[in-house]
Amino acid sequence: MNNYITAYYSDEEDLLKGLKQIISKGLKVNDVLTPFPVHGLDKVIGLRRSRLTRVAFAGGAIGALVGFLFQAWVFTNAYPINFGGKPFFAVPSFIPVTFEIAVLFAAFAMVFGFLIHNKLGPGSKNIIHDERVTDDRFLIVLDIKGEANDKIKSIETILSDAGAQGITIKE
Amino acid sequence: MENKTFTLTKKTIAVFVVMIAIGLIALAFGFLSDINGKRIAANLLLNSYYFLSMGLIGLFFVTVHTIAESGWHTSVQRIGEAMSAFIPVGGILLLILFISGGLHQLYEWTDKDHLDELLLKKAAYLNEPFFYLRFAIFFIVWSALAYYVRRTSIALDKLGDVKYLNKLRMLSAIFIVFYAVSSVVSSWDWLMSIDAHWFSTLYGWYVFISMLASGIALFILILFVLKKMGYMGHVNHEHVHDLGKYLFGFSIFWAYLWFSQYMLIWYANIPEETVYFYERHKYFENIFYVNLVLNFAVPFLLLMARNTKRMFTVLVPVAVIVFVGHWVDLYQLIMPGVVGGENSAIGFLEIGLTIGYLGLFMIVVFWALSKAPLVPKNHPYYKESAEYHTHY
Repeated sequence: MNNYITAYYSDEEDLLKGLKQIISKGLKVNDVLTPFPVHGLDKVIGLRRSRLTRVAFAGGAIGALVGFLFQAWVFTNAYPINFGGKPFFAVPSFIPVTFEIAVLFAAFAMVFGFLIHNKLGPGSKNIIHDERVTDDRFLIVLDIKGEANDKIKSIETILSDAGAQGITIKE
Repeated sequence: MENKTFTLTKKTIAVFVVMIAIGLIALAFGFLSDINGKRIAANLLLNSYYFLSMGLIGLFFVTVHTIAESGWHTSVQRIGEAMSAFIPVGGILLLILFISGGLHQLYEWTDKDHLDELLLKKAAYLNEPFFYLRFAIFFIVWSALAYYVRRTSIALDKLGDVKYLNKLRMLSAIFIVFYAVSSVVSSWDWLMSIDAHWFSTLYGWYVFISMLASGIALFILILFVLKKMGYMGHVNHEHVHDLGKYLFGFSIFWAYLWFSQYMLIWYANIPEETVYFYERHKYFENIFYVNLVLNFAVPFLLLMARNTKRMFTVLVPVAVIVFVGHWVDLYQLIMPGVVGGENSAIGFLEIGLTIGYLGLFMIVVFWALSKAPLVPKNHPYYKESAEYHTHY
């Protein structure tokens, strides 16, 4: 079963030029792997802005709420202690803990949200398309799962027309 | 091509002159009606200090970016320089207020014959000759650095020689070091010594960050007005985004310092410290909470998303709210000590005088803007600024 087709370039200018050509032919580029950040790449492959910030906001909001309500419950109902004659429901003394819990939850939400969304973490299986993408190669990855053979052939032609220096089909 | 040099039209001047006239009417109204002299002095102090600080923040903006070797700010640095042109004017207004009897209305430690034990111990610092000496040092150094920074910056633009950039860096470093100390000490002198028995070590930074947040808000508003007039076409939403980030970040930092000061005093519960908030809770409870909402909750919630920092439609209302909010913040720092809870209010005197000061500030800023090209195209970092774009 063929799953991916990869094409590599050895120069980022050629990569950007090739990518534009490939996308103009109507192919869907799944991923581009580069050894360093390439300016303008996000726009060319039409990446959306990361939605991690929303996860962080949700985590932070939940954390603030949980932190505040937990303290309010502990210090008024579960285990009220008189601290220097302060009222049991003393909002200013809750703020630092509320803030810390909000930050903690936001950080956890981001870390785990990121790992889950990208299927990373302990025990996850990594697909290494080309070991040289961390060195000097710029790799384009296209998903061809379940495509017919002649369709794959046409994709290969488009890629080589776009100046790809090497094309590999991977499982 | 767009206009590179700002021209001050008669219509703009007329608007500001009307604003100044409103201020003068408010002041005359204050003197003619039976409003307490202390309240008038407190209002003059509030506005003089507020707009003097706006000028200083303008200079702070330019200098801190210069020594940080920043590039993006060069597109907007003329606004900061123009704001700093108000420093001498604000300083003179403050001096006039002090020498024309305001000093005795505002500060109880000036009453030499009726000092209690605590104030006698502080008399080595809180006495009139030393107060005026500090005032003179701050005023002269601030004004001189504002003048030289601007002159060097314009020379850099005209001649494009790197030696002017090095000189600008030198002046900036001097200003940052001097302002780090003088911003704190001047807030002790002019604001904290109103409540001469009370003290807080955090006070100076609290006031500074309050002024910094509202200075950035005013910066954004001036940029918006200039854009509306058809200037500043070289400033795109990437630069606005960075200013929005500042407004967002400094508002949070203000809340952090506000809370740090408040919670320690609340928690320790020492009468000589809590008396400060006792007065504010008793007579200024609404303002106490309004202050937090305007200066923290509004910018925090509205500017959190990326898009709202980049759009004037949200950023400008928030900047107006923050600008008003820090005026309120300064109001609750000054009024309870000088005027007291029963006699203070926000009426025509307060609002009219602020409008007058704003008019004066804007006329000085716009006059300064018209003196130099808005685009510092010979600045070595200008190209970086023009092509600048933030990713996230």
